[in-house]
Amino acid sequence: MQTTLATDGGTRGSGPAPAVKSMRLGELSLIVVAALMACLWLLITAKAYTPEYGFHAAILAIASIASVFAVVNRYMSRPAEPVPQVIDGKPNYNMDPVKFCTIAAVFWGIAGFTVGLVIALQLAFPALNFDLPWTSFGRMRPLHTSAVIFAFGGNVLIGTSFYVVQRTCRARLAGDLSPWFVVLGYNLFIVIAGTGYLLGITQSKEYAEPEWYADLLLTIVWVTYFLVFLGTIMKREEPHIYVANWFYLGFIVTIAVLHLGNNLTIPVSLYSAKSYIVWSGVQDAMIQWWYGHNAVGFFLTAGFLGIMYYFIPKRAGRPVYSYRLSIIHFWALIFMYIWAGPHHLHYTALPDWAQTLGMAFSIMLWMPSWGGMINGLMTLSGAWDKLRTDPVLRMLVVSVAFYGMSTFEGPLMSVKAVNSLSHYTDWTIGHVHSGALGWVGYVSFGAIYCLVPWLWNKSSLYSLRLVNWHFWISTLGIVFYISSMWVAGILQGLMWRAYTSLGFLEHSFIETVEAMHVFYVVRAFGGGLFLAGALIMAWNIYKTIASPEAETSPRITPALVPAE
Amino acid sequence: MSLAPHDKNMVDAHTGVSTTGHEWDGIRELNTPLPRWWLWMLYATIVWAFGYMIVYPAVPLVASYTTGVFGWSSRAAVTQELAALGAQRAPMVTALASATLPDIEKNPTLLAFARAQGKAAFGDNCAGCHGAGGGGAKGYPNLVDDEWIWGGTLDDISQTLTYGIRSTDPKARVGNMPAFGTDGLLKPAEISQVADYVRSLSGLPLDGKPDLKAGARIFEENCAACHGAEGKGMQELGAPNLTDQIWLYGSDKPTIVEGLNKGRGAVMPHWGERLDAGTIKALAVYVHTLGGGR
Repeated sequence: MQTTLATDGGTRGSGPAPAVKSMRLGELSLIVVAALMACLWLLITAKAYTPEYGFHAAILAIASIASVFAVVNRYMSRPAEPVPQVIDGKPNYNMDPVKFCTIAAVFWGIAGFTVGLVIALQLAFPALNFDLPWTSFGRMRPLHTSAVIFAFGGNVLIGTSFYVVQRTCRARLAGDLSPWFVVLGYNLFIVIAGTGYLLGITQSKEYAEPEWYADLLLTIVWVTYFLVFLGTIMKREEPHIYVANWFYLGFIVTIAVLHLGNNLTIPVSLYSAKSYIVWSGVQDAMIQWWYGHNAVGFFLTAGFLGIMYYFIPKRAGRPVYSYRLSIIHFWALIFMYIWAGPHHLHYTALPDWAQTLGMAFSIMLWMPSWGGMINGLMTLSGAWDKLRTDPVLRMLVVSVAFYGMSTFEGPLMSVKAVNSLSHYTDWTIGHVHSGALGWVGYVSFGAIYCLVPWLWNKSSLYSLRLVNWHFWISTLGIVFYISSMWVAGILQGLMWRAYTSLGFLEHSFIETVEAMHVFYVVRAFGGGLFLAGALIMAWNIYKTIASPEAETSPRITPALVPAE
Repeated sequence: MSLAPHDKNMVDAHTGVSTTGHEWDGIRELNTPLPRWWLWMLYATIVWAFGYMIVYPAVPLVASYTTGVFGWSSRAAVTQELAALGAQRAPMVTALASATLPDIEKNPTLLAFARAQGKAAFGDNCAGCHGAGGGGAKGYPNLVDDEWIWGGTLDDISQTLTYGIRSTDPKARVGNMPAFGTDGLLKPAEISQVADYVRSLSGLPLDGKPDLKAGARIFEENCAACHGAEGKGMQELGAPNLTDQIWLYGSDKPTIVEGLNKGRGAVMPHWGERLDAGTIKALAVYVHTLGGGR
């Protein structure tokens, strides 16, 4: 099944037989598919019903054409032999896609935090909408959520998973072009999604706003991601699969299922960005929140627990606290999370029985979530002193503490009596951000701070002092953010339900909005501090990569003694 | 359990716990048993959850679902709460329904109730345009002063509330300021002259030396029919008084010229379709007692 297109002349060395360079099936088929895609998207560019969709079609056409050139170029410059899996008895790891994701994560993180700060300020000072459609809150808000969850978080997840799966399997990443297809295809999806929001293209499903063509692109990318990850695990040199990889695999598989279930849409036309979902009414709402909740559960929890399970023991130089706990809490988490979605639809048209089940499973989810926190924190036992000297480890550990806090708060808020106060208020926003800034943000920053010296072969980061500044500034920011939102949310909930002695609502809606102003200002201030911390990180990482020194980092090994 | 060459059973020096024997990229795992408190909490939440599922509607069946021990349903709970609220308000609501608008204002208890109900209704229906305190905004009349475009008696206010202004209701109050400029009724120079004249009516300063006589003549021919010969306005047609200091859109010359050019015709919705008669009554009393009722 190989098509010989060219040879390199066979001048290489005095080996037994000169290698004949031939184009692999993967290369050839990618060229063909990308060329066909280029034609299709050029056609759509010409015939699109709206200029916004035409713009997207043009981007996709350019990306397809660029793919053809990139693959041909790569073929021309590569040696005839396949990339060796092992060099000098050591696995020949493929870390370039990881490097790309690390840089992309920092870039998208800063972009996403900045947009978050802008919309926080818009809520406090609505004039900052500028009365322009592109900068209105309704379009900027999904830009923020997608940028931080999918662009920042997604690149962290793909990057770290590609790193961790290789190191813990002692195997080179499966596939040659596929890892790059995953990384670049995913970021292309991000560009399509983000520009789409600003141009007003949305299917109006929270966290699943991109329209059908972006969803299809993501589906292909995600299936490839799954195959690369699984393929690497299958050719592992270790007898067992490390726990971090269970979490990554659980995340990849479930996100695929969720994405397909919640995006079963029928496009109006090939030439239209608009599509309609096959679900209707309350079923649509239920599927949406089954998706939405498990985007939190599997993207922002399971995936990032995979990061925690590698980077915390690695950085602390300590063995994982409990193998048994990791098994039990993994399966309990995977099983319980998938049922908890209905708690987003308490006191709605969703049948009571579904609401009850959603709440019951959310309560049962509490301990499985905490299993990860215990395993993360207790891994530090014997290494707590390192928190004084290593701000990166401190960031990782504080992230686990925030994880524990928000996974206690989540089940609490799923209780219907609590939810009747908290639902639709800023308490929810505060809850999400204690998880997003504290848990996801910090575990990602910690992982990036670990990865950069490892990937670029530096002995250490440019400055640990700057990490320390990042840590304290952003911790202060998180505290401002979540405490202002707690107060705002509870105040809002109480104002909404307050009745006068004569039996009338005490406050009009607009009064409850006015009461939020000061909290929105404090929240924006907290968000500004968090962004400032991230900018310090970006500088630190730039200086680390740019430093002329080219030593290999000393890898930390756990303090263990052989058994008697 | 096959072991890799580097896999060895180790004992962690710090905790004294053995590892599982495996090693991945330098990471090992301790064989620590599950924390007891964690396990018991997990069991407790499971027991609680199943108990909750017995008490409340929880399990879907073929064409129905288990209704729980007390037969609780969110729909019934809402109905019950609304009924309780209705019962609490009932005596006063009945009294309000049978009283006339002037009677309500004479009875302190009824007035207090009507104002409470009116305030709640105003906040969620009217404040969006007229402001939370009724202070108005550009194009949305101030309801706190004693100047009324369509009349400030209880009956006037009630009628405006029920049928609206230039709304789709057949009984809506109608009366438009014509677009003198865009419809070609007046030339730009004439519009400028009459705008200066209108400003002079309330003693506003004028730029340069405008021809007020010409302005007065244009006013008499085109504006006096609605706004009155002296510019005092006419409430039957909703033509505002032009001699006071109160301006719906603004008193600067460009704003007046804009109104003359394009006309004015803001809409107030007919609330009779959305709010019940009792709420309209309460709103009428509330607005009437805001400060400037006649």
